[in-house]
Amino acid sequence: MALDEIVDGLSEVSCDVLVIGGGTAGPMAALKAKLKNPKANVVLLEKANVKRSGAISMGMDGLNNAVIPGYATPEQYTKEITIANDGIVDQKAVYKYAQNCYKIIEELDSFGIRFLKNENGDYAVKKVHHIGTYVLPMPNGETVKKALYRQLRRARILISNRYMATRLLKSSDGRIAGAISVNTRTAEMLVIKAKAVILCMGAAGRLGLPTSGYMFGTYENAANSGDGYSMAYHAGAALANLECYQINPLIKDYNGPACAYVAGPFGAFTANNQGSRFIECDYWSGQMMLEFYNELLSGKGPVFLQLKHLHPDTISEIESTLHKVERPTRGLFQQGRGVDYRSESIEMHISEIGFCSGHSASGVFVDDNARTTVPGLYAAGDMASVPHNYMLGAFTNGSVAGIDAMEFADSHDFAEFDAADVALERDRVMAPTKREDGIPPNQVEYKTRRLVNDYLQPPKVTRKYELGMRRLAEAREDMQERMIARNAHELLRALEVQSIMDCADMAVHASLYREESRWGLYHWRTDFPEKDNENWFCHTLLSKRDGKMTSEKRAVEPYVVPIADDEKDLYDKQRIRASA
Amino acid sequence: MPLASYQTSVPVVVDDAKCIADKGCTVCVDVCPLDVLRISEMTNKAYMAYDECWYCMPCEADCPTGAVTVNIPYLLR
Repeated sequence: MALDEIVDGLSEVSCDVLVIGGGTAGPMAALKAKLKNPKANVVLLEKANVKRSGAISMGMDGLNNAVIPGYATPEQYTKEITIANDGIVDQKAVYKYAQNCYKIIEELDSFGIRFLKNENGDYAVKKVHHIGTYVLPMPNGETVKKALYRQLRRARILISNRYMATRLLKSSDGRIAGAISVNTRTAEMLVIKAKAVILCMGAAGRLGLPTSGYMFGTYENAANSGDGYSMAYHAGAALANLECYQINPLIKDYNGPACAYVAGPFGAFTANNQGSRFIECDYWSGQMMLEFYNELLSGKGPVFLQLKHLHPDTISEIESTLHKVERPTRGLFQQGRGVDYRSESIEMHISEIGFCSGHSASGVFVDDNARTTVPGLYAAGDMASVPHNYMLGAFTNGSVAGIDAMEFADSHDFAEFDAADVALERDRVMAPTKREDGIPPNQVEYKTRRLVNDYLQPPKVTRKYELGMRRLAEAREDMQERMIARNAHELLRALEVQSIMDCADMAVHASLYREESRWGLYHWRTDFPEKDNENWFCHTLLSKRDGKMTSEKRAVEPYVVPIADDEKDLYDKQRIRASA
Repeated sequence: MPLASYQTSVPVVVDDAKCIADKGCTVCVDVCPLDVLRISEMTNKAYMAYDECWYCMPCEADCPTGAVTVNIPYLLR
């Protein structure tokens, strides 16, 4: 039988801990769960192939948030992340990450992943953030996935590739019972009963449309279509601060990082068309992105990453990283345009919007044990709400989730779910395959994401959001009533569109709820242009209640690390002042 | 509404002379994060079946015979 031909089938398996998503957090979560109880069954479910899936498909150039003794303290890091997030942080989870991440670095080192050391044998940490020093290059960063995969094989984790999870199953008392998934090449459905489930499904990176118009030319790995956000929502879990969008400064058209975290420590900087610096710090924050946006529109744009003033040997060293890991086709792209970093600056632009806690703070709400608000359901990595947690946060919090989830599984039996929920989901999943005629998923997706750009991209205007909501509702109706999938691959895309649509609706709802401006460009509402600490110094939690999308305020937990009044605004001072 | 097919130039190119898919190799199809590569039933060689590419490189990097080349998709070149 040919690949992609639709097979109507349904089977059921069970395991103790189910990890969904085999990118960065997922493999670590699965590994830690299995090491916690080697007798238990741990399944790692992946939409693509664990060998090359997720944000670090081709490796990573370094750690962006390493808290290394002698360079930074957990207190300093917690303070920096709190200030970068305008104070809206539950510090306990950030502090715990900061305390644990060094141990994880040593563990990654034992997996064979190397970190840059100086001539004395100390870690060679670089400064990119506004205040502290946390960036640690990885000289063999292209080997990360291979190193992780070796560990998974050694620990005998059961890996199921090419299964897309679509919905979570719960018992009548609200506990997690498992997940429903679909084989992306045959459309056969698989129900996985589990005592605990960990969601590690990455960012919602296919929400906005890249300005190139190429749907898969996204900043995030384009497989990250926000499925985890959608599943958590439908399971009744709370999602935090979704209005704090992810928007990043990227190589124009290529839409990958340039990357200031790599080149900045060597002396590269972000410049306007006059070759002048205009931001104090290249660390990705909403406040920095606002200045970037302002500069693009001010007549002093385009904005560039400037390297040409550096020594040719230094540029070659930067190139050897940029053209080898994370997004290795950067070199091919620049070559195609005849851009040589030695003589020309790199033209930059801002990315499409998305949800991602890896870089901002929009994620499924989790506490410092990676627990969501649904008992037995965990989340880690880009989709979980611990802010600015990057790759090392995915590893560290994935580890926390794996251990806690196995403890949960060890003390609970399987929860019972209603068979009718599976039947309903099967009907929903297969609906596009039952139609003779209709609209293909790529057209529904293009239109949805074009509407996201037209109406939701900051600055956020209430009137535009209201119109966007109406247009998205029309697109949703097309999606639910008329979308057609003629093979299993098209069905995969059709299911992804449904995640994208859910994320678009959540972006609208969350953004309209918070009636103030905060986090620089990420949540700049023209109708409420000021930060309003009196009414909005709080998290917002979005969830599904009685079938309807609702939002509520949640108080910021008391700080573990106090922030002095004169420190609170440090990230608001991004713009370089004109010298006298 | 009736459907029409739409022409597009795809970024991933496979050198049939080097590709050993006809001998059972499926490495590029296996590793692609977007699952856009397939083995042709006519030629038994790998090819890009869907223009949904993140130009990320696993197919090229992991191909055992160097048969796969990833180009930048035309729209953003």
